[in-house]
Amino acid sequence: MTDAGTGLLHLVPKAEAKQSMKDFKSDQEVRWCPGCGDYAILAAVQGFMPELGLARENIVFVSGIGCSSRFPYYLNTYGMHSIHGRAPAIATGLATSRRDLSVWVVTGDGDALSIGGNHLIHALRRNVNLKILLFNNRIYGLTKGQYSPTSEVGKITKSTPMGSLDAPFNPVSLAIGAEASFVARTIDSDRKHLTEVLRAAADHPGTALVEIYQNCNIFNDGAFDALKDRERAQDALIRLEHGQPIRFGADGARGVVRDRRTGDLEVVEVTPENEAEILVHDAHTASPTTAFALSRLADPDTLHHTPIGVFRSVVRPVYDTAMADQLETAVEQQGKGDLAGLLAGGDTWTVG
Amino acid sequence: MTSQVSSPTEQADEPVLAEQRTPGGAKDVRRLDRVIIRFAGDSGDGMQLTGDRFTSETASFGNDLSTLPNFPAEIRAPAGTLPGVSSFQLHFADHDILTPGDAPNVLVAMNPAALKANIADLPRGAEIIVNTDEFTKRALQKVGYEASPLEDGSLDGYSLHPVPLTTLTVEALKEFELSRKEAERSKNMFALGLLSWMYHRPTEGTERFLRAKFAKKPDIAAANIAAFRAGWNFGETTEDFAVSYEVAPAATAFPPGLYRNISGNLALAYGLISASRQADLPLYLGSYPITPASDILHELSRHKNFGVRTFQAEDEIAGIGAALGAAFGGSLAVTTTSGPGVALKSETIGLAVSMELPLLVVDIQRGGPSTGLPTKTEQADLLQAMYGRNGEAPVPVVAPRTPADCFDAALEAARIALTYRTPVFLLSDGYLANGSEPWRVPDLEELPDLRTRFASGPNHTLADGTEVFWPYKRDPLTLARPWAVPGTPGLEHRIGGIEKQDGTGNISYDPANHDLMVRTRQAKIDGIEVPDLAVDDPDGARTLVLGWGSTYGPITAAVRRLRAAGVSIAQAHLRHLNPFPANLGAVLAGYDKVVVPEMNLGQLALLIRAKYLVDAHSYNQVNGMPFKAEQLATALKEAIDD
Repeated sequence: MTDAGTGLLHLVPKAEAKQSMKDFKSDQEVRWCPGCGDYAILAAVQGFMPELGLARENIVFVSGIGCSSRFPYYLNTYGMHSIHGRAPAIATGLATSRRDLSVWVVTGDGDALSIGGNHLIHALRRNVNLKILLFNNRIYGLTKGQYSPTSEVGKITKSTPMGSLDAPFNPVSLAIGAEASFVARTIDSDRKHLTEVLRAAADHPGTALVEIYQNCNIFNDGAFDALKDRERAQDALIRLEHGQPIRFGADGARGVVRDRRTGDLEVVEVTPENEAEILVHDAHTASPTTAFALSRLADPDTLHHTPIGVFRSVVRPVYDTAMADQLETAVEQQGKGDLAGLLAGGDTWTVG
Repeated sequence: MTSQVSSPTEQADEPVLAEQRTPGGAKDVRRLDRVIIRFAGDSGDGMQLTGDRFTSETASFGNDLSTLPNFPAEIRAPAGTLPGVSSFQLHFADHDILTPGDAPNVLVAMNPAALKANIADLPRGAEIIVNTDEFTKRALQKVGYEASPLEDGSLDGYSLHPVPLTTLTVEALKEFELSRKEAERSKNMFALGLLSWMYHRPTEGTERFLRAKFAKKPDIAAANIAAFRAGWNFGETTEDFAVSYEVAPAATAFPPGLYRNISGNLALAYGLISASRQADLPLYLGSYPITPASDILHELSRHKNFGVRTFQAEDEIAGIGAALGAAFGGSLAVTTTSGPGVALKSETIGLAVSMELPLLVVDIQRGGPSTGLPTKTEQADLLQAMYGRNGEAPVPVVAPRTPADCFDAALEAARIALTYRTPVFLLSDGYLANGSEPWRVPDLEELPDLRTRFASGPNHTLADGTEVFWPYKRDPLTLARPWAVPGTPGLEHRIGGIEKQDGTGNISYDPANHDLMVRTRQAKIDGIEVPDLAVDDPDGARTLVLGWGSTYGPITAAVRRLRAAGVSIAQAHLRHLNPFPANLGAVLAGYDKVVVPEMNLGQLALLIRAKYLVDAHSYNQVNGMPFKAEQLATALKEAIDD
């Protein structure tokens, strides 16, 4: 599942001593609602960070606005709690000017997909070296319960008493459509899976988008129960693993095959006759077509057939690397900047 | 060149004829002290290029000069129409001048539209060179001429030179293997050659320029040079042009030094690169293309070998967002835009105010509101720069006064941003951005030292003796907070837009703390050290004219006219709009009347009246063009006499 060795983490200084989870806890009191899924994500991130072994001072978390965006305050790294939707833009400036930093963006479904949708898609297409953690609870929490751009159609909320009218975004589909080089989905309550996905994202060269289904127990409680309840999840959850046939359900009774007629994907009962046709997941394939098709398997209302794991992880040019290369090339071609020469360039004349 | 010392003599509108001679019995050569030329044609006729070249020739000859490019927002408006007319005005002289001039002495009109659009600005007796080939029945009708103005006597009061520029150009290029259409395109170079002959301009620079510009198309380069030379020779041989003119170099107007001609946007870009060097910080520009600011993005993107990073963002918000991210990381961060872009950046400027990070916001003002007049000038963003944010969010404001001054103003804005850890507005405008003038190239030793220190360790001791880092513990003198960049061990901290506790920087909703923080942020800006306002008042006037930004040239020219006519008037010009110079109140109190000319409806006047309770008299113009000196002189005289 990991792409160890392909990333840009070698540019970030390493910690001198071994770190523990405690090193990444800040002295600030965590102020999410009791029972919020954010606690589990925070614990997973704090627990995972020591594994990277990076100098703590070279890690930066940048967030926007929303419940999830309080995240940086609770990590003992550098951090910025910025303004609504703009974290990817701010992080882009930081990452492109400081390649010695590991830059993470923490955002939510409203922050990333509503007010900040433009910055998200452009960060993805540029492939800036950022790791974006998108906490998706399918509701607006901080403003107390309006529907979000990932809420299901017909959602009854304070702002939509007769039900919401707009079709939701599928963040994974959106990211793949925006040329993302790394797209994954995981769940707040599955610490092991969440950590595995973070591990894969951390070392990805370029922008990594990780959608994390996160429970808002106040305004949208149980939104992901279909994927969390052990029994119900059997038929709902599809765990993607690179190089493995895509099978799920009790004893892998069901699987994903390609419809030869349309090229689309469909879920079938696995039989000895069709077993050889079960799709083998290839996260590294250059074409985004199958990853996109996988992202469309889930029913936005019931969440049935929701794949989690790494949908897509491909290597393509990284924006900040290319930017640094241009600076080097300019010096090679023109020599290091000579200010006196620049100012006195063009047609000049002398007086006196 | 805009010397700060006022000249005792006044330049009249009419050029002064100094001498006349007829060398070797050939053509007359007359000597003038100054000339105003306007090149006008279709947007596609290459008038801006022609003007630029004539300007370069004039600069290298050593005249003082000032330029005014004026072009439509449309890239190619319908050919031959009035909205499609593009012009370039150049004022050059053997002495120190301040403006591109009120009224042209010479108009080059490449078609009927160009004549019609510009004739009203010409004084009687002015020379008009027209391209007769374009004066067809259809072209005349297109702009509403019922009869040709070349034949109906309507131009009798002018010195008209009808020249078939297109035919002559095509004829001159007949040996080149060019289509007629291709050959016609060189007609602007023919016109340039003719004007270069008329005013004794050096030609080597233009030929060198053409060879370089068309290096990959040597045939085109050769054709343009041939057209240019043909234009020169036409002047030399044809009897229609009996006189040529000399305007001597402005030897005494310039202090000794190395000079070049420079536009405001180029000077500003060089100022930013220089500030980066003087601060020893990498320059980072986050920007979104917008007229008339894009040239700064273009220029900076050419200088990657200076370590300059330019990021063309997806929108204005991302442009400043990326710049702010780079500022957090320790770059000298800049965003460039114009008024509509400032509106979009407002929230991020507020965040920069709250996070107290250095950031330059360059606003090349244009006509507004909304899209307004993208290619025309205005000064109507002053109040937006001052107050265009939610909450109490004070931002220093610096305004350059001439194109060359954009260089120094950029360094000054960087000084304030870096010293006080604050976003700073640099308010240029379309007139300064595109206009040009001679600039004395500074020695690097003359540039200010802008080095700043990043925080490197704990700055506070807790009651129990623990050494800690407090991101909002301030320098007692400047009230600036430490700049602790990621990568510095032990200084890990979190900042953001939520109100912070004084000192620790932790989130705080405490009412008394918010009151303290709001007042402290204001006090920091109010306490910025800026030089006192200099007043030019040679004879104890009772009326002060106070300006800011690009009105410096026209105001100073108007003041000279008044003084030459025996009228007493004092002049002062603000570079710092926030905070104002400490002596401004005392200066204003020293005069019976204060007149504030602005290219808006009285924004500085409003600030002055509010802060100093002075009954400032506002004089305004918002027609997208700079003030004319004569009009301003009349208005000032009326204010004095009122």
